[in-house]
Amino acid sequence: MTTPWSQRAVPWLVPVAVLALWQLASQAGLLSTRILPEPWAVVKAFWALAITGEMWGHVWTSTWRAVSGFAIGGSLALSLGLLTGSLRWAETLLDSSLQMVRNIPPLALIPLVILWFGIDESAKLFLVSIGVFFPIYLNTFHGIRSVDKGLIEMARSYGLSGWRLYREVILPGALPSILVGVRFSLGFMWVILIVAETISAQAGIGYMTMNAREFLQTDVVLVGILLYALLGKLADVLAKGLESWWLPWHAGYRPQT
Amino acid sequence: MIRRSHTMNSFDIEIEGATLSAFSPPAGWLQDAEPSLPAPVAQRERLNVGGAAVDARRLGKRYGDRVVLDGLDLHLAPGEFVAVVGRSGCGKSTLLRLLAGLERADSGAITIDGDTREAHGDETRIMFQDARLLPWKRVVDNVALGLRTDARERALHALDQVGLADRANEWPAVLSGGQRQRIALARALVHAPRLLLLDEPLGALDALTRIEMHRLIESLWQRHGFTALLVTHDVAEAVALADRVVLVDDHRVALDERVALARPRQRGPAFDAIEERVLGRVLGTPVHQESAPPPQETGPGPAQRLWAN
Repeated sequence: MTTPWSQRAVPWLVPVAVLALWQLASQAGLLSTRILPEPWAVVKAFWALAITGEMWGHVWTSTWRAVSGFAIGGSLALSLGLLTGSLRWAETLLDSSLQMVRNIPPLALIPLVILWFGIDESAKLFLVSIGVFFPIYLNTFHGIRSVDKGLIEMARSYGLSGWRLYREVILPGALPSILVGVRFSLGFMWVILIVAETISAQAGIGYMTMNAREFLQTDVVLVGILLYALLGKLADVLAKGLESWWLPWHAGYRPQT
Repeated sequence: MIRRSHTMNSFDIEIEGATLSAFSPPAGWLQDAEPSLPAPVAQRERLNVGGAAVDARRLGKRYGDRVVLDGLDLHLAPGEFVAVVGRSGCGKSTLLRLLAGLERADSGAITIDGDTREAHGDETRIMFQDARLLPWKRVVDNVALGLRTDARERALHALDQVGLADRANEWPAVLSGGQRQRIALARALVHAPRLLLLDEPLGALDALTRIEMHRLIESLWQRHGFTALLVTHDVAEAVALADRVVLVDDHRVALDERVALARPRQRGPAFDAIEERVLGRVLGTPVHQESAPPPQETGPGPAQRLWAN
């Protein structure tokens, strides 16, 4: 709070210098616009796309894919993680199969996915769901298993059992770990979506950038990259907000006083 | 051994019938109706019909090849305060876990008021060495754990008894070790237990906080009249609090010493004599293989200490 502005400006020195250098190099003709457009041109392209509304359509399409893929994969992962974490027989039955599937990189499935689903929405949803599944599944499983045994013993001896024990002790104990999984998978979600959209799509940020590449519109390509970065950051901020909202008791998320 | 005086009293808890003889059942718990209380709370306290009689006969417990308890007999009279001491690894905590029903004895039987332990499961509460508060529940909700009716009211009343009513809405993480143990004590007392099992609950606290906790536990015991079993490695603590000090050694009760001192107890020749006698007995017994660390070939070191706790 009390750090002088000069102190707070220091971390920004390098990025600003890079931007200035980049702008100067472009203006002096040292940097071809085919390789990298000047920063100012990127800002103008962003503005133009925003005004015409073209960009928002793509952003909406990509966000919808990300959110629905995340919802499908995430809820499946959560339920399966809770199941295998809580019940021994479910772990014996399912866990080793899931661990085998986990070793397949989701992106390696792209050829198969195109054969199965063509290039329509379900292909992207499938890939995103697979991508977000494992971070959440593994962290849910691990979270349930690593709930302090002493607390469970205490709660049992104080008369808690069944659903009450689960709701008051096991689930809250596993929640920090589950949210770590959510944050991991949110990062993964965008990576998968970017690749899926650049390979085959009729709309979305990936489609917009690939289309711009055909016409050598490097400024639009950069706008697409920027949009991905912004959306990724937004997802991370949301996840962090969720943590401080759900885990107010946790020392790691309590605001410093 | 830490020198301590038992003269300070930093709690404002009224103790009816100021000094009690060590063996008489604690007075005051029946008259303790407190008209200011909300009706269900007061009623609940009156429902507590004194301490439970606990009878453990020929208890045996082994982990694999290691015998922990073998033919241990222990009887607790209703409302009695018994301390169990012994070397670390002697089985005193195992004894408590058996009485608490956290583990099953391999042989022997435990009865409470002549009944099976399970029949009185609701009347037994444990205070663990680590407070075991749920970090995601506020203090008052921790105390209310397992209550079904008037949970918050009763929890607040219990917190008041341990002097922490003003911390009801804090997270456990911001409290000190002593405060956490007081909350754990409130959580146990809110169920009006007839048998309270204390598993080295003060082991991790500093000397001053321990003295405060002694006063608190003693006054609440006198007020509520439950039977108490305290497992501790601190002989002075055992002598300060208990009607009887029981030494567990060689898998069974090796010494059963009555402490006929007036309460609240203060250090003095009589106190010291009892402490010395028990301590001498603890130290005098030969060290057993299972409690000793393996001999070190590489030379003497701190690992040679045999009963560091």
